[in-house]
Amino acid sequence: MAARERVLGGHPGLYAEFPRKGGAAPTATHYCPGCGHGILHKLIGEAMADLGIQDRCVVISPVGCAVFAYYYLDCGHVQAAHGRAPAIGTGISRAEDDAIVISYQGDGDLGSIGLNETIQAANRGEKMAVFFINNSVYGMTGGQMAPTTLIGEVTSTTPAGRDPQEQGYPLHISEILDTLKAPVYIERVSLSDIEHIRKARRAVRKALEIQKDKKGYAFVELLSPCPTILRMNVQGITKFLNEQMEKEYPLKKFRDSSAEALPIIRPESDYARESLDRIFGCQGEVCIELLKDPDFPAKGVKIAGFGGQGVLSMGLALAQAGFGCGRFVSYYPDYGPEQRGGTSNCSVTISGQPIGSPVVDHPDVLVAFNRPSLEKFAPMVRKGGVILYDSMAGQFQGPEGVKVISVPATEIATEHGAIQAANTAMFGALMQAGNLGLPREAYGDAFRVTFAKKPRLIPKNLEILEAGAVAVRVLEMAARK
Amino acid sequence: MASQLLDGNSAVIVGALYAGCDCFFGYPITPASEILQQASKFFPLVSRKFVQAESEEAAINMVYGAATAGHRVLAASSGPGMSLKQEGISYIAGAELPCVVVDICRAGPGLGNIGPEQSDYNQACKGGGHGCYRNIVLAPSSVQEMCDLTRKGFDLAFKYRNPVIILADGVLGHMVEPLKFPEEAAVPSIDTSWAVAGKAETRGNLVTSIQLNFDELETHNLKLQAKYDRIRENETEYDGYRLEDADVILVSYGISSRIARSAVDAARKEGIKAGLFRPISLWPFPEKELRSLAERGARLISVEMSEGQMREDIRLASGCRPVELVCRYGGRLIELDAVMKKIREVA
Repeated sequence: MAARERVLGGHPGLYAEFPRKGGAAPTATHYCPGCGHGILHKLIGEAMADLGIQDRCVVISPVGCAVFAYYYLDCGHVQAAHGRAPAIGTGISRAEDDAIVISYQGDGDLGSIGLNETIQAANRGEKMAVFFINNSVYGMTGGQMAPTTLIGEVTSTTPAGRDPQEQGYPLHISEILDTLKAPVYIERVSLSDIEHIRKARRAVRKALEIQKDKKGYAFVELLSPCPTILRMNVQGITKFLNEQMEKEYPLKKFRDSSAEALPIIRPESDYARESLDRIFGCQGEVCIELLKDPDFPAKGVKIAGFGGQGVLSMGLALAQAGFGCGRFVSYYPDYGPEQRGGTSNCSVTISGQPIGSPVVDHPDVLVAFNRPSLEKFAPMVRKGGVILYDSMAGQFQGPEGVKVISVPATEIATEHGAIQAANTAMFGALMQAGNLGLPREAYGDAFRVTFAKKPRLIPKNLEILEAGAVAVRVLEMAARK
Repeated sequence: MASQLLDGNSAVIVGALYAGCDCFFGYPITPASEILQQASKFFPLVSRKFVQAESEEAAINMVYGAATAGHRVLAASSGPGMSLKQEGISYIAGAELPCVVVDICRAGPGLGNIGPEQSDYNQACKGGGHGCYRNIVLAPSSVQEMCDLTRKGFDLAFKYRNPVIILADGVLGHMVEPLKFPEEAAVPSIDTSWAVAGKAETRGNLVTSIQLNFDELETHNLKLQAKYDRIRENETEYDGYRLEDADVILVSYGISSRIARSAVDAARKEGIKAGLFRPISLWPFPEKELRSLAERGARLISVEMSEGQMREDIRLASGCRPVELVCRYGGRLIELDAVMKKIREVA
């Protein structure tokens, strides 16, 4: 009776019976006779058991015949999407530093759909053992060409044999990975016969020892028999592996730096609230309660200029000034198609009530640092609004009903020996003439936050802020006369 | 408690870290990249784990891996990247793993542009990948909610062992507003009843979405649907504004809802009884609540930055009543005037 067959069950590291598989034969595998998967399962199971690491092991089953590795190996299991096992392994390993990740993959999975994940995980030196079954063909999906299919080999999608002109050449994964710096161990072995399996056993064990010691990435490629799909008998498949596969894929220990490699140990996550408050600079900070104040009219400000003129930092400073007074504020940097190297602009809204759209289409105040911005946004300013622009932009006639003030912002900043602070001078002009309903001290106070990382710049900027305001006051007085 | 001015993308990272999120895996994409950048800065400062993945697919599968280990894990992306992640999200849903994925939606289809849009509604709310599954979808409309709903997302993800998508857009990601920091920091623990974490207690566990036996998969799928029914029953969330006497109701979420809210105030000034119904959970969609408003006879207007993806859900929820649409898609926000014009039309 098939039910009493003992094909794999009871082997070290494997379950005694396979209830996840179901069916009538609780100790028989679903693999075909002569398949390499059963052999590799035994080698992995035995090594896990001998090294005493079963609790720590998580095997990632691939898409393909070994998708059911979790029927057999006595350890934790996760099943992966096609080709994604190294990414999943990365996630497990980063989350659980003590976990031992075993990525079990076939040639289509690892070398075709998942080649990127394979190379990148290897290149990061992720802590995982990758066991790569190379049997030259897709198994479970019905014998299609794999990246490792030999030249001339007939498959269900190369009925005339693999033609390199059409389908390219067999992919040598171990050789590719051997170009990378991070892997600790790379070896290609074969599961063709007893003598080869002995060597494979040592390689499997080595890869898992490296994991036990947390030393990094280990890769074992195993030339493996698939007699069913390749339609060969035992002698035929052994000969195919030893003569044809080995010729294309020479057996070799490409690398073993496990003796020198140092363990990779990642610190435990810190969940303390105090730590979070510290990294976000919240310690000792007070919560500013926003005041609903229907009598405080909402004001929209548009600030625009060339990139590098401090447009965005001035917008943030203005938002901070409003926020510091308990007003509702929003700031939005507008990234148009001209995002790189061209003009930049931002919207700031200050209100006594929750703010609708943070994008200011029709500003009450326009601050323009250059001519293109002035011409672009001036027509959108509300009647009764204000335009402040840098005098460098030349003479400008504003729309009807809008007050236009030419502010010598760049000039003021230059006089104070800080040409990059034209935006601060403009901020002073805004404080003086913007009619935003904020107290004067709010503007200077904002610098304490916006210059938090460079507090030595604050006194100079306060000076320039005041100079900007004075310049506008002088202009206003002159206009009144 | 502290408050600071912060951008929406950074607020996601604040919310995640205070929610006990342990791992972040991401790939650069505008306008979500600041989430990745902020994660790269702040996660290591508290020894949480950060990896810039080689692709969107790799990132979501790293999420799958860390979630398998029972950890709180976050990913973020935008439209094209979300499309690539759908394979992984389907596996995560099938294997019943918890995770939070933030979608800072941009304009599509294809490469589109990096302006805001709400056109990922369908791929977030209707499953998105292969198979019969649902994501819980939460839609913030402010920087504060970018933080708060990310935190809530983790609670829901673990309560139901289900992927949660935070559906926002480029404006919400980049805009700066006051943020009140969370008062509590969660200290998560691993649920050893299902996680596979490389520990003795989890050695017998298996995380998988393959059910080769048709009957078993059918049973599993029915179990998933029963879970989705529980979520529908318990987790709908919405915000109402001036709905009490409203006979014109704008239905709008995310950034569009803020313009709709301004429109409600403007319409009230004109003597039109307008109100705003803002779904916060887009899936489960607050059907019952909306239906009772529709049954009152209020006229419904969907205000959304897609061609009417949410309108279909409003129509169904309202018992197939007519639903007007104010929409814009291509990277620009809806303008207040457009909403007002429609309100006046139907009022």
